[in-house]
Amino acid sequence: MPPIRDIAVVAFAQSDHLRTTDELSEVEMLIPVLHAVLDQTGLKTSDIGFTCSGSTDYLAGRAFSFTMALDGVGAWPPISESHVEMDGAWALYEAWTKLLTGDADTALVYGYGKSSPGSVRDVLTRQLDPYYVAPLWPDSVALAALQAQALIDAGETDEPALAGVASRSRASAVTNSHAQLRGSVDQGGYLVRPLRVGDCPPVSDGAAAVILAAGERARELCERPAWIRGIDHRIEAHGLGVRDLTDSPSTRLAAERAGAFERPVDTAELHTPFTSQEVVLRKALRLGEEVRVNPSGGALAANPIMAAGLIRIGEAAARVHRGESDRALAHATSGPCLQQNLVAVLEGDPR
Amino acid sequence: MPEVLKAPLVVEFPFTRSLGPVQSAFLTGLRERVVLGVKTADGRTLVPPVEYDPVTAEDLGELVEVAPTGTVTTWAWNHQPRRGQPLDTPFAWVLVRLDGADTALLHALDAPDPDAVRTGMRVRVRWAAQRAGAITDIACFEPYDGDRPEIAGHDGRFEDMVTGIVAPARLDYVYSPGRAQSAYIDSLSSRRTVGERCPSCHKVYVPPRGACPTCGVMTSEQVEVGPRGTVTTYCIVNIKARNLDIEVPYVYAHIALDGADLALHGRIGGIPYDQVRMGLRVEPVWTEGGRHPDHYRPTGEPDAEYETYKELL
Repeated sequence: MPPIRDIAVVAFAQSDHLRTTDELSEVEMLIPVLHAVLDQTGLKTSDIGFTCSGSTDYLAGRAFSFTMALDGVGAWPPISESHVEMDGAWALYEAWTKLLTGDADTALVYGYGKSSPGSVRDVLTRQLDPYYVAPLWPDSVALAALQAQALIDAGETDEPALAGVASRSRASAVTNSHAQLRGSVDQGGYLVRPLRVGDCPPVSDGAAAVILAAGERARELCERPAWIRGIDHRIEAHGLGVRDLTDSPSTRLAAERAGAFERPVDTAELHTPFTSQEVVLRKALRLGEEVRVNPSGGALAANPIMAAGLIRIGEAAARVHRGESDRALAHATSGPCLQQNLVAVLEGDPR
Repeated sequence: MPEVLKAPLVVEFPFTRSLGPVQSAFLTGLRERVVLGVKTADGRTLVPPVEYDPVTAEDLGELVEVAPTGTVTTWAWNHQPRRGQPLDTPFAWVLVRLDGADTALLHALDAPDPDAVRTGMRVRVRWAAQRAGAITDIACFEPYDGDRPEIAGHDGRFEDMVTGIVAPARLDYVYSPGRAQSAYIDSLSSRRTVGERCPSCHKVYVPPRGACPTCGVMTSEQVEVGPRGTVTTYCIVNIKARNLDIEVPYVYAHIALDGADLALHGRIGGIPYDQVRMGLRVEPVWTEGGRHPDHYRPTGEPDAEYETYKELL
């Protein structure tokens, strides 16, 4: 069934992503980004029909941490608001469905994460199966390394090829003033073999926000809206040993349902914190060499947890806004070894 | 601006989880040195076993024993073990497909170095000396060249089934409260209370969090408030909290400090609990070395008129 209303990303803003931001609370980090995205459209917080955010208490070490961040959106008098304990890309999905219902014409979506207070590798163990896996404390790099080795064993990549993904990503990030790692970055030693330091994302504090608008409202707010032609998300079995780690059938299915395979895309912003994951996604999404992958530098250049996926949608949309892309694919992931995957297809009006 | 404050923050909790019939059998089996899988309708054996088929979502419950030996399907060399991981010497993370299983189990492999590990290598379970019915009853895997052992064909029924696990979780943080709250805490060290005024609606927030929740803008203008204030509302606490040496009943109140547009929380002392009332005028009481007011006590002034604080309720 085609969507009953056309919905577009009309604005995108992000913070500079940094290793530490001790001087800022989460809301202090978030507010400039919220203001930047609102300024792009001329909207005030009181004009927004629906607000949705993605973040996680485990980064903050505090329950209901998102309620403090809500101070940044002017939540009084009461607003229509929701939150997902996931990347902001999934908050965007919720906002998209809200706009589809006709209950709102505009939505503010944001995601943020301050990773610096804790240890990301340990924090992310808390999303694992609590019976069989989490008690062993396998950290996020270790699980990604298992996937990388599976790809190497299958002959789909090797360490030099992975290093190539890393260097291309950081080279692309040179033109991205918000990125944390830009230009030449040493591959370094092994963190968990076969993954070297350079194969892994930086630990980042950061935030991002987008504004969605429906129909004519989108044209009023943005010269060239990035229309969401399709968006879908799918999940794989939680048991790592049940899955084929060299493939991502959930990404493929989400892409199919989002219409990604109907016509070629010119740009793909892939949420790949680890170099090896780009290998998996290029195959699942059938991306050829002609597709520009992660011109922003991707999550290897800046990886604010809970915002990095939303940033992929925002970066893809911004390229459409600027006329640098006509049809872009954006992908977000969550969970170990690409467990959950979201794919959106964004298009600009024909020129 | 004062230096940004930092302090260690430990979040620790013994997650106590109940087990369904399949997980109960599997973890009880580990206690008894028996590894169990579960059969799917299409004849596959899932190890570790789950309660629902990951493909069809059908109920699963037919338990079958598999061997404690198996084959590594992928691995990763962990040269710097982290807290809580199965071994404290360098080891390989492995996915192991046990003999008789169609899926792989995640665990650690004790091997001398990465050159001793490869996909396809044969391994076996090394049991923990003390077993309680948990995934850690498998201490780790170890390289194994021998034959596949005979298994007894256990059906998953045991005396004294394990019905729950306790999974301790601990995360360590270095918490920093950010600019606004750092300034607030810093001012308290000189027994002053400092809020921040919103540049848009001009309300003064105490404690300040750096943002006005009404206007959605940053606050930065610091304003000293109090020390006196007015009780806007209160409750009487009758249950003694653990590790709290305050006698019950006591009164916990919202107190609007003079000059503030938001009430903060505090305990009321120096007056019988049943005489506390809305409008009571109070002032902070500091104890020697205290980093915040210990409690608030009546000033002896006449009560504030309701009209003066009704917006702050």
